[in-house]
Amino acid sequence: MRLVLEKRLEQSRTMVVLTPILSVIGVMILGVIIFDAIGYDGFDAVWQLFITPVIDTYKWRDVATKAAPLILIGLGLSIGNRAKIWNIGAEGQYIVGAISAAGVAYATQEMSGFWIIPLMLIIGMAGGAAYAAIPAGLKTRYGVSEVLSSLMLVYVSVQLLSYLITGPWKDPNGMNFPQTAQLTASQLLPRELGETGLPPGLLFALVGMIIFAIIVDRTVFGFSIRAIGEAPQAARFGGFNSNRIVWAALMISGGMAGLAGTLELMQLTRLNLGYPSGYGFTAIIVSLLGRSHPFGVFVAGIVLAVTYVGGQVAQTVVHVPNATAGLFQALILFAILASDLFVRYRIKIKSSVAEIRA
Amino acid sequence: MTLTFLIDALITVIGITTPILLAASGVLVVEKSGVINLGVEGMMLVGAITGFAVGFEFSDPWIGVGAAAVAGAATSMIFAVLVLSLGTNQVATGLALTIFGIGLSSLIGTNYTGFAALPFDPPFPDYLAQDPIGRVIFGHSAFVYFALILVFAIGWFLSHTRAGLVLRAVGENDFSAHSIGYPVIAIRYAAIAFGGAIAGIAGANFSMVITPLWAEQMTAGRGWIALALVVFSGWRAGRLLAGAYFFGVLMTLELYAKASGYAIMPSQFWAAMPYIIAVAVLAFISARDGRSGKEPACLGKPFLPNG
Repeated sequence: MRLVLEKRLEQSRTMVVLTPILSVIGVMILGVIIFDAIGYDGFDAVWQLFITPVIDTYKWRDVATKAAPLILIGLGLSIGNRAKIWNIGAEGQYIVGAISAAGVAYATQEMSGFWIIPLMLIIGMAGGAAYAAIPAGLKTRYGVSEVLSSLMLVYVSVQLLSYLITGPWKDPNGMNFPQTAQLTASQLLPRELGETGLPPGLLFALVGMIIFAIIVDRTVFGFSIRAIGEAPQAARFGGFNSNRIVWAALMISGGMAGLAGTLELMQLTRLNLGYPSGYGFTAIIVSLLGRSHPFGVFVAGIVLAVTYVGGQVAQTVVHVPNATAGLFQALILFAILASDLFVRYRIKIKSSVAEIRA
Repeated sequence: MTLTFLIDALITVIGITTPILLAASGVLVVEKSGVINLGVEGMMLVGAITGFAVGFEFSDPWIGVGAAAVAGAATSMIFAVLVLSLGTNQVATGLALTIFGIGLSSLIGTNYTGFAALPFDPPFPDYLAQDPIGRVIFGHSAFVYFALILVFAIGWFLSHTRAGLVLRAVGENDFSAHSIGYPVIAIRYAAIAFGGAIAGIAGANFSMVITPLWAEQMTAGRGWIALALVVFSGWRAGRLLAGAYFFGVLMTLELYAKASGYAIMPSQFWAAMPYIIAVAVLAFISARDGRSGKEPACLGKPFLPNG
């Protein structure tokens, strides 16, 4: 008797939904083993990391605050995932989006008006999209791999941010700290939605999820991006232009990253050296764990946000190092990639004739 | 400008180029086998902390370097199992490996921040490296000589040996290589392990010689530069060497611009320069070579012999 892989004719829908859940559970079990092995209370560490932020209502605001940018960026990246276009520089587009919005804030310091916030959001999105236009243009014009070009530009954006906050945009009243001036009242969204304690970014994430769900499931564009990713030749034959899809995937993900960056700027009220947070990288995990579907991305964003918040809890309670959350996030990504096997293949137990006779 | 200044600058260039050259040499072998592993940065970081920590604990830096190679290879095996045996997407898996390496190295490294690495004994006797010319030839760490020997050895291996030919065949046409009986998957496992070991050594070069201390994410994107370098080189060892030195000069300029107070551009400009140039060169090379390019034909494509 032996196990063989048999290719499924169609992807298993059950497995598409089931494997992300099993991946997270698997990583939790693995986490208990690893932390026990290196001398911590493994069960307690994993409990603080994954469960405390969920059952402790005081942590919900933190989770929602971290989930909002992850979901927004993840939604944008999910379009590229479907078309197999890899924008791994969302972190850079997130930073440039925030820089663009901070530019609007810098210019409107002395002004007030209801138009300032929408303008910041639009310019932030445009900034992120413009930054993603560089890899898009290089890919469609010269065939440069978007993987390397988008990633390299992250390092450039970090230096640009550092230059602006230590140089021209440095807060004159900031006691020489490298940071921009605080946003004014007309540049800030309310701290919370009504009396809920939840950040405004979550509302954007929720609306974003609905819009993306309509786009991917109900429009020709949504169909064509999937077609390009799954059968590029057939799609070209069917009249879909792959260059246009490259542009669309990168501009959408860049714009969403820019939007997330702007909302984060409003949350933090200023830019400083600690602003680059790695959300752009973690959002890649979010989009893949969410199986590139808007509903999945929303849930996955919350799961990854839980690990951020739980990582801080575990650090104070179980004294595991700060880097623990990042390690778990990578393990979740490994698990979800590996579990893809069950979506594409079924495992069959084959018994040879000889064995049946015996 | 004095001669001493030029000699010092040249020695800095050679030192700073070495980890990039090492990492890129490993990448070249892996990509020649038809696999793209974006986890270089992560494997370098795991090598950096392992080399530093083991060298520190055993009071012998050489044991540290050996451990760094083993750790780099072990880390690369996570990637190898996923992409070769489970057929996962190489781009996503490599990226996951980098995120994993950043997390793991930071986790191990919390106990080692603030210590200085143990110095290596110089590979040549002191009297050889007295005068300026002697310093340029004999005054480096062993990593420098190892990297130079390695890149030539890889160039020779790929173009002049039977094993090198088989490796290239696997990267150019995995299906044919499989049909005439070469173990495609096993060869790719070996190539990935080699690349991981070399990336680990490159990381150790960073934490044990260049800085020499441990800091989180200390490789600061050099692994990505190494990946881009292999594209620039058109997958050829000789050009890889030239390209690595070009980036070494750019990064030395950054150091000197920071050190001298009267730089014409802000220091961030120089820090961003290698990445801007990398994107520009990528565009230039791709525009010249066209989409067919010189990359191994099976680069990044999964190979599952049984469908």
